[in-house]
Amino acid sequence: MVAYRVDVAGDLFKALADPTRRTILDELTERSGQTLFEICARLSMKHRLGISRQAVSQHLAVLEAAGLVESRREGRYKFHDLNTAPLRRIAERWLAPDPSGPEESTP
Amino acid sequence: MKIHLTSVFVDDQAEALRFYTEILGFVKKYDVPVGEKDRWLTVVSPDEPGGTQLLLEPAGHPAVRPYRDTLAKDGIPLAQFAVDDVHAEYARLRALGVRFTQEPLDMGVVTTAVFDDTCGNLIQIATQPQ
Repeated sequence: MVAYRVDVAGDLFKALADPTRRTILDELTERSGQTLFEICARLSMKHRLGISRQAVSQHLAVLEAAGLVESRREGRYKFHDLNTAPLRRIAERWLAPDPSGPEESTP
Repeated sequence: MKIHLTSVFVDDQAEALRFYTEILGFVKKYDVPVGEKDRWLTVVSPDEPGGTQLLLEPAGHPAVRPYRDTLAKDGIPLAQFAVDDVHAEYARLRALGVRFTQEPLDMGVVTTAVFDDTCGNLIQIATQPQ
C-alpha cells in the first residue's frame, strides 16, 4: 500500500516536471475533451512548440499514467479529458485541515 | 501548375452528395457513371463554379478503411475548406446536426474547427484574417 502510494505520487511529480506536459494541461484546462490533432495544433500554433505528433502522444501517455489525463473512445474518435483529482490528493497530503477555520489567522 | 481537383473517399456516394450539397452548400459539377455502380462525382463551391473540384470518390479499396480509421482516431482532418467565419459556420452546421470533433479554436493566425462529414472523413474549416 505504501509502495503503491509512492509510485502514484512519483508518476504525478514526474508528469508535472516537464514544461510541455504542463502546457498540455493548461490547454486541457481551457477545453477538456480534445483529440490528439487539436492538442498538437494548440502546441504548435499557440505555443510555437516544434514537437512531433509521436512526442505529444508520449507526453499524453505519461499524463495518463499519472491519472491527470483520461482518454475515451467515442465511435471512431479518441478524446482526452483533464482529471484534476490527483492534484487534490497531493494538496490534501500536506495541507492539514485548520481546526480554527479558514477565516481566522493565528496571532 | 494549378490545383484543379482534389478528392475525399466517401462510404456512400449518394449520401455524400446529399451531405456536401444540402448541408455544406457545394453544388454538383460532374456526375458520370463509371463501371457498375460508381460515379465520377464532383462538387464545387457556388462562389467559384470554375474553381477547384472536390471528387467524392468511392471508398471501396481495402486500403481506405485502415487509412481513414487510423487518422480519425487521432482527429486528423483529410481536407480543409475556407469559410468567412468559423464560429458562424460552426453554429449553422451544429443546428443541422453536424458532429464536431473540434469546436472553433482561435490560434491567432487562423481559426479552425473540425467536423465529421458522415461519409468517413473529418473535415477542417478555417478562417484566416485578411
